[in-house]
Amino acid sequence: MKILVCVKRVPAPGARINVTEDGFEVDSTHLGFTTSPHEECAVEEAVQIAETHDGEVTVITLGPEAAEEQLRYAASVGVNNLVLLPIDEPDWDPQKTADALTKAIIEIEASEGVFDLVLFGNESANSGGFQVGIRVAHRLKRPIVNGIKNIEISDNEVEAHREIDGGFEVYKLPLPAALGVKEGINLPRYPTMKGRLASKKAELKTLEFSAENGNQKRNKLHRPEEQVSETVILGNGPEAAPAIVDLLEELGVLQ
Amino acid sequence: MTLLVLCDHDRGVVSDSAYEALTFAKPISDSENISLQAVLIGEGAEEAAKSIISFGVEIVNIATHECLTDYGPEIWSETLTQIANETEAKIIVSSGTDRGNEVLAHVAARLEMPFLANCRKIEINGASSSATRIQWGGSLLEDVTSNAEVQIFSVEHHSLDSKALSSSGGGDIVEFEPDLDPQLTRTLVVDRVVRTHGITLTTAPVVVGGGRGVGSAEGFASLEELAEEIGGVVGCSRAVTNNGWRPHSDQVGQTGTRIAPEIYIASGISGAIQHWVGAMAAKNILAINTDPEANMVTKAGYAVLGDLHEVIPAITAEIRNRRST
Repeated sequence: MKILVCVKRVPAPGARINVTEDGFEVDSTHLGFTTSPHEECAVEEAVQIAETHDGEVTVITLGPEAAEEQLRYAASVGVNNLVLLPIDEPDWDPQKTADALTKAIIEIEASEGVFDLVLFGNESANSGGFQVGIRVAHRLKRPIVNGIKNIEISDNEVEAHREIDGGFEVYKLPLPAALGVKEGINLPRYPTMKGRLASKKAELKTLEFSAENGNQKRNKLHRPEEQVSETVILGNGPEAAPAIVDLLEELGVLQ
Repeated sequence: MTLLVLCDHDRGVVSDSAYEALTFAKPISDSENISLQAVLIGEGAEEAAKSIISFGVEIVNIATHECLTDYGPEIWSETLTQIANETEAKIIVSSGTDRGNEVLAHVAARLEMPFLANCRKIEINGASSSATRIQWGGSLLEDVTSNAEVQIFSVEHHSLDSKALSSSGGGDIVEFEPDLDPQLTRTLVVDRVVRTHGITLTTAPVVVGGGRGVGSAEGFASLEELAEEIGGVVGCSRAVTNNGWRPHSDQVGQTGTRIAPEIYIASGISGAIQHWVGAMAAKNILAINTDPEANMVTKAGYAVLGDLHEVIPAITAEIRNRRST
């Protein structure tokens, strides 16, 4: 079982996001970086599948040289092969990213065989384009379903569950297939000391591809207008309960 | 030339998000003077068309085919792509839901056109467009221009109120039978499993949320009790699911569920940006926190300063007390 996971290096979510003066990118001066959350779960899922199905996991990323950090992290939690597609600009548009990733996958598969499963994150935490995985799968002519929170592999098929309101949808895709994974599919493990040490020595392959620009141009990033809300303090401690229930009655939510 | 709006429906029941997409698309079709057409795919489409027709659409395209038995990203997007080609679509819009974004990304891949997900604003200027779309779940905005031949956008869910538009004479229903490769049924939904009957995080009028301040899985008992008392559901922050106190399906936020209840009671939640973007569509927010400087408190419309372990049971007791008198 050969599994490929495509990941993206993103500023660690949680902190206030500021924009550079020219408005063209996120000001990362004071930010740490991490693997986009859905993709961190995709890596964990791939490692778990590989553990139960005698598999091998490759992680690929398109990003700055510094994205080596996210690849090494993946190695520290059990990934076997690391591939970096280095770019100079901060971010490529989704069409261009998908073009380069597709070329890379075709080249890797030509020498090492087809990946039974290619995992993507449902969307990246930063640009949130919701499309790179789908574009790549389409070019590779493989089935893909997004929003996946459970994966079961059987002989030539993968069963995948997508969470919907109050339950889930079941999909059964023939292998080779691709899936867009969502956070919550698992709780990613922390690297062990042994894993960390091994990851430093893991071989990292660098591939370069030219890719076509997509037909979209970023002009500016900016913060939305802050909602100025005067907070009404209803009270302190349990004594505030009557005021809270008054509010609930006023809103008509008490049946 | 057309502006196509993909309207999501579940076996004939049109989803609220479809009305948002129609409401968003209507002024664009008016100002560009192009035909506004809805697209309904698969079983139940005819039933769904009855609800759509009052939204000012010129034509409702209903796609039926023996393979279109249920939702499938490939088969839906292939169908939509063929309708787009047939009607010479200039703009394709859907709601930025899981399905909407998924189908439009597939369509964009098929047409080799860009796709701008989760837009708040779109302006068409002749052959080009400028859009403002969300990044980081809504904590950052990106202004993008494109001069693609076909402009494909999804509209951020909950970013506008849908309203029934007066129809001028009512639209026509046009049936369309796509030419489909049966191989595309490989991504059809084959089964559905219902876990919860009744209200859920996305439909509940009240969500009682708990964060790190709840302290443990057991600590959620009082939140459950309050939620049950008022017909709401319990939600939580990412810190809670990371600690294994609640399942991820309860998580509110950028990587969890985006909620829009009448009121969100956020207790013991500091209000990190990725949580806030999942909760900001709530019509009212009440923060309960010991820290008056917590993000959730300063951003909420209402706040109570205090320990949630005392305040939440006091709310439940007060409701019961009023009900018994």
